Amino acid sequence: MMESLGQAVLLVGTLDREVAAIALLSLRVSLTAVFLGCLVGVPLGAFLGVTRFPGRGVVVAVLNAFMGLPAVVVGLLVYLLLSRSGPLGGLGLLFTPGAMIVAQTLLVTPLIAALVRQIVEDADRELGEQLRSLRLGSWRRAFVLVFDTRFSLVVATLAAFGRAVSEVGAVLVVGGNIAGFTRTMTTAISLETQKGDLPLALALGLVLIGIVLAVNGLASTVRAAAMRAYG
Amino acid sequence: MAVTPIVISGLVFRRGGRAVLDGLTASIAATGITAIVGPNGAGKSVTLRILDGLLQPDAGEVRFGRGAGADVRRALVFQRPALIRASVEANVALGLAAAGSGLGRAARRERIAAALHRVGLGDRARDPARKLSGGEQQRLALARALVGGPDLLLLDEPTANLDPGATEAIEELVRGEAAAGTKVILVSHNLGQVARLADDLLVLDRGRAVEHGPAQAVLQAPRTAEARAYLKGELPWTAFAAA
Repeated sequence: MMESLGQAVLLVGTLDREVAAIALLSLRVSLTAVFLGCLVGVPLGAFLGVTRFPGRGVVVAVLNAFMGLPAVVVGLLVYLLLSRSGPLGGLGLLFTPGAMIVAQTLLVTPLIAALVRQIVEDADRELGEQLRSLRLGSWRRAFVLVFDTRFSLVVATLAAFGRAVSEVGAVLVVGGNIAGFTRTMTTAISLETQKGDLPLALALGLVLIGIVLAVNGLASTVRAAAMRAYG
Repeated sequence: MAVTPIVISGLVFRRGGRAVLDGLTASIAATGITAIVGPNGAGKSVTLRILDGLLQPDAGEVRFGRGAGADVRRALVFQRPALIRASVEANVALGLAAAGSGLGRAARRERIAAALHRVGLGDRARDPARKLSGGEQQRLALARALVGGPDLLLLDEPTANLDPGATEAIEELVRGEAAAGTKVILVSHNLGQVARLADDLLVLDRGRAVEHGPAQAVLQAPRTAEARAYLKGELPWTAFAAA
């Protein structure tokens, strides 16, 4: 094991091209998915946080339940949609990074929306009456509360990134784990472990953990500095 | 438009099976400062929120002269200033988000600067709002309320958490606004403040108006037992009877 670990550190330290390519593809897919998830999830969550309508409780319950969507089931769903005989088969996305982005976007959007809903709803308890008194409509209140809680929303984004970059089921099903094309860190770790190439699997594991730690550390530092500045 | 006399007729507001307002009726002068006092749970804050339009009564109505109030510009300042994590000027700009939607950028900046200058925060425009002291935050909340040029300014215990110096600053601003023609309705437990500011005084008890008249007259010689009990600082015996 120590020998494998030593070789893994060497692979990372020498910036092995295969490791770097896999890591970059993982980052590209996950960051794009989180970005797209934010485009949908933040407004959706914020709107749910400030509005009350019949059936809202059911919508919130479903959203919360979808936070724990099994990745492999989402992968299967996207596979069926994008497969040649599926409704979106004509797009030719199956077994491409595009399909992996679609699957991860579907995974992280409910997570982002549910967390944003909770954060904005809490802020609405504190500021909502004042904002209603200022005659702001629902969307404007949602926008103001998203702005007010922007430092807390970083946590929601981080959680989404963590989910995306660490999941293996969906990207494996819709990406196919094709070397040099759709192979991500998680699918590669799974494959290399089965093949017995532990140094490469460990190297990718180290990079994955390093990325997650670095992103979280950076976000926490920025958030703390911003909170100190704005209260 | 200037506020015409505010006529409150038979307001009923229920919450959790309890009548917070139980047929509140009063006619409030179009100018000056009206103070509303009464024990906790008397319905003061709910009355302010209904006047602001935040709450709808279960029965009764509020009429501003002949109209129902849609064209009366109203602003409400709360006991705790609710400020967003942004600069001082961004918080004041919120007061124009709805009220000043027809203004150009230059006019908006001018209005914001004028409002901040009026409350003595002209040199703090770019500071983070939540880093201000308690008194400064409340003055900022007042600037946000005033920037839209309200006809009716509603104040819900605006100095409850402030020290005497900050309280004096707020009172001075309120007095100035009233002198400039803005109708002010103030809820306060601070009877000294009521004596210093109010032209007329409305005493509420259990959701009803029990006395209304010139502030000094009511403070010095209340006519009803409920008003006397509250102004003397006695606990109403009915509270124990109901418990």
